[in-house]
Amino acid sequence: MGVGIEVKNLNAWYGQTHTLRDINLTIPANSATALIGPSGCGKSTFVRCLNRMHETNPSARVEGMVKVGDIDIYNDAAPVEIRRRVGMVFQRPNPFPTMSIYDNVASGLKLNGFHNRKVLDEVVERSLKQAALWNEVKDDLKKKSGASLSGGQQQRLCIARALAVDPEVLLMDEPASALDPASTSKIEDLIFELKDEYSIVIVTHNMQQAARVAENTGFFLNGQLVEFAPTSTIFTKPHDKRTEDYITGRFG
Amino acid sequence: MADTRIKDAEPPALLKLQVNEPHAVAGHAVEGKAPAAIREFLNKRGSGAAGDGAFGALVLACALSILGIVVLILFVLIQQSKLSLHAFGLKFFITSAWDPVMGDFGALPFIYGTLVTSFLALCIAVPLALCVAIFIMEICPKPLRGPVAFLTELLAAIPSVVYGLWAVFVLVPIMRDHLGPFLVKFFGWTGLFSGTNFGEGLLTASIILSIMILPVISSITREVMGAVPVSQKEGVLALGATRWEMIRIAVLRNARVGIVGGVILGLGRALGETMAVTMVIGNHPDIAKSLFAPGYTLASVIANEFTEATGDLYLSALIEIGLALFLVTVVVNTIARLLVWFVTRNSAREAR
Ligand SMILES: Nc1ncnc2c1ncn2[C@@H]1O[C@H](COP(=O)(O)OP(=O)(O)OP(=O)(O)O)[C@@H](O)[C@H]1O
Ligand SMILES: [Mg+2]
Repeated sequence: MGVGIEVKNLNAWYGQTHTLRDINLTIPANSATALIGPSGCGKSTFVRCLNRMHETNPSARVEGMVKVGDIDIYNDAAPVEIRRRVGMVFQRPNPFPTMSIYDNVASGLKLNGFHNRKVLDEVVERSLKQAALWNEVKDDLKKKSGASLSGGQQQRLCIARALAVDPEVLLMDEPASALDPASTSKIEDLIFELKDEYSIVIVTHNMQQAARVAENTGFFLNGQLVEFAPTSTIFTKPHDKRTEDYITGRFG
Repeated sequence: MADTRIKDAEPPALLKLQVNEPHAVAGHAVEGKAPAAIREFLNKRGSGAAGDGAFGALVLACALSILGIVVLILFVLIQQSKLSLHAFGLKFFITSAWDPVMGDFGALPFIYGTLVTSFLALCIAVPLALCVAIFIMEICPKPLRGPVAFLTELLAAIPSVVYGLWAVFVLVPIMRDHLGPFLVKFFGWTGLFSGTNFGEGLLTASIILSIMILPVISSITREVMGAVPVSQKEGVLALGATRWEMIRIAVLRNARVGIVGGVILGLGRALGETMAVTMVIGNHPDIAKSLFAPGYTLASVIANEFTEATGDLYLSALIEIGLALFLVTVVVNTIARLLVWFVTRNSAREAR
């Protein structure tokens, strides 16, 4: 079952650059939440703060509170424990080139010491099907390396890899930016299917996509959360002038 | 949960605007055109085929010259060792006689000594070098990285005769009084540590060799580890990996081909190292199971006996030892490369 996320006064820095300023929002459980905003406004940084990936950058710093379910992730748990609950798909596909397609998908379970062959087989097949990649790779699961796939296929492989560990929250940073319309729509279907059981946070530059999949949408600008509201509100009658300008394309 | 999808419905009112309205973005239009000179300049540059051709030829010539040097070395070695080749034939490589007085020569003890010391040196140096590289790249605080790396690199700059002296005055006594007895006590049952322990011998030579090849292996390992993209490390971390798991899966796995390259380079140095080994190996052409026993390597017998080789056959046999060293190096390197190819042929080839 998915869990909600509560963010209070979140600030993040890269070195001296103050990248996120006082973010406050509550992401409901078992729903999809879209994050939109111009390039460089801090969407990826925000998402990376939700599973403590931000701090893996040596110059990075975070302050504030993030609660995933009832775990205060910066105080109650180690980063590894959080990351096993909060899965992530990165903006740029990063399959493991030295592993086969099968091992890429199974890597999360294997590295945590799970080796039951039969279950792994099932999980790999299910995850690849969910990520709409199964049909393209089922014949050379163990023969081909993760890096031998096309860019869009690699991204779907990364989605499958994240799904295989059955996370409670799934963070997707522009998962469809490298995909063709057909795969994009499959990923959207997937998000639709998953959001009954998981909580999904999806960063996207495609506003139609946000409108299609997300219950709630947040608009970021210059490191601040300008508006967070039900998607229909954001796209039809936003409260903030800046949101309206961005959505209507009147804005850089 | 209700299907809130509005996929097939009309896009929301504001989104429609986006399609119809011209972009009213202020301050983004750049005034004027690019200067005509740029296009003119670029159009005038031809295909560059002549330059590429010349460059290709130059590079090819350099590559061929390496091949030429190797062939030349081989040729000279064979030619100069003709006498011994005729006298002993292939038997030279598998007999262990070394009797300058009777004129009976065989290379086997030297080949044995070279292989054993090099192999042992790798066994000691590779894990150490990997740990050093991992420490420097992943664990050491960033400001200390440079100095620590510099120190390990410094090991490579020390002349081999200095290593030899250090080994004679420091390592040999330690071996004789501390390490040797310790090994006998705990690993004596293996039979590898039997006989009298003079402090000199195969094991001492291997240890000094391992120290000498450590910097090469660790600096190459460091380079290839540094080339592993951050996105790979993040990918593994995001799955809930600990630091060690991340290093194992993202860093070492991705860097393994390069690491093996470094190991092979270290092996090459170990096979040919002369001075330091000569000073501590005991210089006795024996094939003994005990690592305390004195031994001899191909390189050190040449260095030791070349100046005092009396008689054409003796000299020719020493040059054939050089030929043997050449062949051992080629064979060992080939085996190592084949091993790498065999292990990584499935994944690494596609990844590169
Ligand atoms: N690794 C980093 N080191 C230093 N600064 C960074 C780093 N990553 C991002 N930044 C800075 O932080 C700010 C926010 O970047 P972020 O990646 O979160 O933007 P984004 O909203 O995801 O943009 P995009 O839509 O282009 O992906 C940017 O100004 C960027 O320059
Ligand atoms: Mg981003």
